[in-house]
Amino acid sequence: MTTGRMSVRWRDDALPLALLGPAVLYLLLLIVLPMVQALVLAFQGDDGTFTLEHLRRMTGDVAFRDAIRNTLVLLILIVPAQIVLALVMALLVHSRIRGHEWFLYVYAIPLAISDLAAGILWLSVFTQNGYLNTVLQALGIIKEPIVYLSYENIAMVIGAIVIAESWRATALVLVILVAGLQLIPRDYFEAADLFGASRLRRTVHVVIPLLRPSLQSALIIRTIFAFTTFAAVFALAGRNLPVVAGEAYNWSVVARDPHVAAAYALVLLALAGAMTMVYLRVLGTSETQRAR
Amino acid sequence: MRLPYAVDRALVYAVALLLAAWVLVPLYFIGLAAFSTPDAAYSYPKALLPVAPSAETMRFFLDSRGVVSSIVNSFAVALLTIVIALLLGAPAGYALARFAFRGRDAFAVLVLTTKMFPIAILSIPLAVTFLQLGLYDSIVGVALVHSAMALPFVILVTSGVFVAVSHELEEAAQTLGCSRWTAFLRVALPLALPGLAAAAIFTFVISWNEAFASTILTLRSRTLPALVLTALDQSPITFKFAGGFVMAAPAIAFIFLMRRYLLNLWGGR
Repeated sequence: MTTGRMSVRWRDDALPLALLGPAVLYLLLLIVLPMVQALVLAFQGDDGTFTLEHLRRMTGDVAFRDAIRNTLVLLILIVPAQIVLALVMALLVHSRIRGHEWFLYVYAIPLAISDLAAGILWLSVFTQNGYLNTVLQALGIIKEPIVYLSYENIAMVIGAIVIAESWRATALVLVILVAGLQLIPRDYFEAADLFGASRLRRTVHVVIPLLRPSLQSALIIRTIFAFTTFAAVFALAGRNLPVVAGEAYNWSVVARDPHVAAAYALVLLALAGAMTMVYLRVLGTSETQRAR
Repeated sequence: MRLPYAVDRALVYAVALLLAAWVLVPLYFIGLAAFSTPDAAYSYPKALLPVAPSAETMRFFLDSRGVVSSIVNSFAVALLTIVIALLLGAPAGYALARFAFRGRDAFAVLVLTTKMFPIAILSIPLAVTFLQLGLYDSIVGVALVHSAMALPFVILVTSGVFVAVSHELEEAAQTLGCSRWTAFLRVALPLALPGLAAAAIFTFVISWNEAFASTILTLRSRTLPALVLTALDQSPITFKFAGGFVMAAPAIAFIFLMRRYLLNLWGGR
């Protein structure tokens, strides 16, 4: 059995690598190869030499600056709204109120709904003949239906998109925060209770600092995803409100220009890559903090 | 200042119920719109209760060109994605749960990073590659990309599942004469099945909802989200409402089925 033991030990080193290998290869193949392809498409001219022409076509397009600006505006409006909403939901679920499991389930439902479907759901609310106007009129607040989704009132359109995206993606932040809350020992909450901390003070001074790692990762993941969402924007605003991912889509599917589309893809990957770097640094520091 | 206990409790429940309504009411509205007559979909003010339910709008949607075949395509892509992602991901998750090996941390970082990597964006360059490989406009091509998107989640969920299944049970089986493989097959796998099913459901959700890559990588073999997305400009509102309902409604069942594993998917950073 002694020789057998040796061979078992060898296998115990090789087996995990054999089990992981296919998954690692697959991910690298489907991430690294298209990234190289994107670089080639974006920077290679018809004659095979290096060119900045595709990049110039992208930045020279009227929609380019609007797309970057709109994407950032949506990001700045949506992400804080989600964090606040998700924090309230997470604390409610965590407080073990009666039916807390049911509440977590209901709050998490939009996790399985796409931005396209969420956009259409809220279209039924915000369209001129829609449910919001119906409810407001029934309550006697308005006399005539309001046009929310018009090119002439872009602030209202942005508001509708912010609501639709907050509705959908808060679930993701919620799940991250609930998982983070579970890592905090219950004693901390009880100690704060003992010293008579009010709910708000307890949240601000005890919970939020302890929840920082989860808040950070939620923030970063949401930011990356915000760069890539566009279908809710299409559903609610049509083509009136260009966003970066939507432009990438338009150049690829409508204009059928893979070069400019690839340049857009690189912009998105650079934005996401920068956020991932931040994420890894944060992850690194929180790991070292935990080790201390 | 502290509120009396009863008032405080009432406030907490009021907020909790209000937030539940915020999630559920739009779902109720789209269901109402999808199951009314087309006339009602255009009319104003709308009925807020299902006073005259009708399958007419839904039938119009399902009879529209390409809808049924796009639903079939969506299912085919999702099932293929489940097969690929589980075949690749479950062994990796098992390795992550059971073994301490060199490169384990690097692998964990790779999984966490790819989890949030916007892989769908890569379908833009992939469309060119797939055209050369004959995978463009095919169910397989879309499933390959969806599998890459789902793989990190499958690895995380399965590794969580196998951590929960005690390795001592497997070792006990081995001392009783099972080989490593049969111990896994007869002891660990049956115990892990509910978790693996949750991973499969989540993979289905990712694929079922994905619109960007599915649209860019197909021309005729549209999935349902790809069809609805490309038709947004020209389709009547009844088509959108019914399509939105068909895409969104399964979420209610999906989240229920995997509610115990929700925190595994995104928690634990």
